[in-house]
Amino acid sequence: MSSALERRGVVRALLAPRKPELLVVGGIGSSSWDIAAIADNPRDFCLVGGMGLAVPLGLGLAIARPNNRILVITGDGDMLMGMGALATVAQHQPQNLMMVVLDNERYGETGSQPTHTAGVTDLAAIAAGAGIPQTSTVRSESELSGMIRTIHEDEGPAFYVVKISGDMPETVLPSLDGAFVKDRFRASVLEN
Amino acid sequence: MDKEAANWPTEIFNVLKARNIKQVCHVPDAGHDQLIRLCTAHNDMAVTTLTTEEEGVGILAGAWLGGQRGVLLMQSSGVGNTINALALPATCRMPFLTIVTMRGEWGEGNPWQIPMGQGAPGALEAMGVTLFRVNRAEDMTDTVNAAAGQAFNNQCAAAVLISQRVIGAKGFE
Repeated sequence: MSSALERRGVVRALLAPRKPELLVVGGIGSSSWDIAAIADNPRDFCLVGGMGLAVPLGLGLAIARPNNRILVITGDGDMLMGMGALATVAQHQPQNLMMVVLDNERYGETGSQPTHTAGVTDLAAIAAGAGIPQTSTVRSESELSGMIRTIHEDEGPAFYVVKISGDMPETVLPSLDGAFVKDRFRASVLEN
Repeated sequence: MDKEAANWPTEIFNVLKARNIKQVCHVPDAGHDQLIRLCTAHNDMAVTTLTTEEEGVGILAGAWLGGQRGVLLMQSSGVGNTINALALPATCRMPFLTIVTMRGEWGEGNPWQIPMGQGAPGALEAMGVTLFRVNRAEDMTDTVNAAAGQAFNNQCAAAVLISQRVIGAKGFE
């Protein structure tokens, strides 16, 4: 189903109430471009490879940093590749882990071929079945506002699918030097 | 199995504690069963059962970003599942430590274990992982300790390959 929500506006609204304790993990592709377009924040770790690993990386970080809130922002392609990780997250029930899938129902970086979510696959239902207690699919501005409030204020784990349009905003790359991004992230997070 | 040989999982556990390992990820393997139980019983280690081994590479990258050291326990068949994920610690120059129980190499009884068991060392080396082999139980402590030092002192990837000779060949006969 098509949606009026536009990805970069969604990510801008999602990160607007950001507090210093929030750590952001971006999944491969457009999700990382969206995060980089909002700000070059040392507390963001944007993947430009490692497809399927955004949620696992967020889980490891959530376990290591119980006093930080972890927000994973990724796409439907990345999530489909690593769906088993939702069951792994559910075993731990990390209260500080929030997951958002920006679902444009296509592989945007490779020619907009349709993903499984363009058909019958429902990622929120899969997350619920995996044992994530709070899951929802967001299709409107009012639902988006409720999601953003939960993500910044409530206990997790929570998993949201945000249905977005197929619009492809300008590519804004995060640093492609993973060692630099990692060192900068650790320096920012581990000193506080 | 003599008494000394039977203690090697405890020796690995002691090295992991001494090296300040806080997160242990695994897809269970019979060869790792005792070590997994020791880690699970230890309050200071978060043990995560994975649905597939590459999740562990992602989780341990997140752990490192958050200031914790971890280890991935798997069998040689799981090595194949981790290959593309190993680009993450390589690109980001993060430490990565895995302890692999080998199959398909020492009197294996299951022909399905042969291809990945024989291919696992080459696959790991192709991804830049340094191999540390244990062919005899008495070398366990030193080898696991060396691999952990290699990984965490130098922010690189190291794998301990525990020979099926140490674990004992599994067969259906």
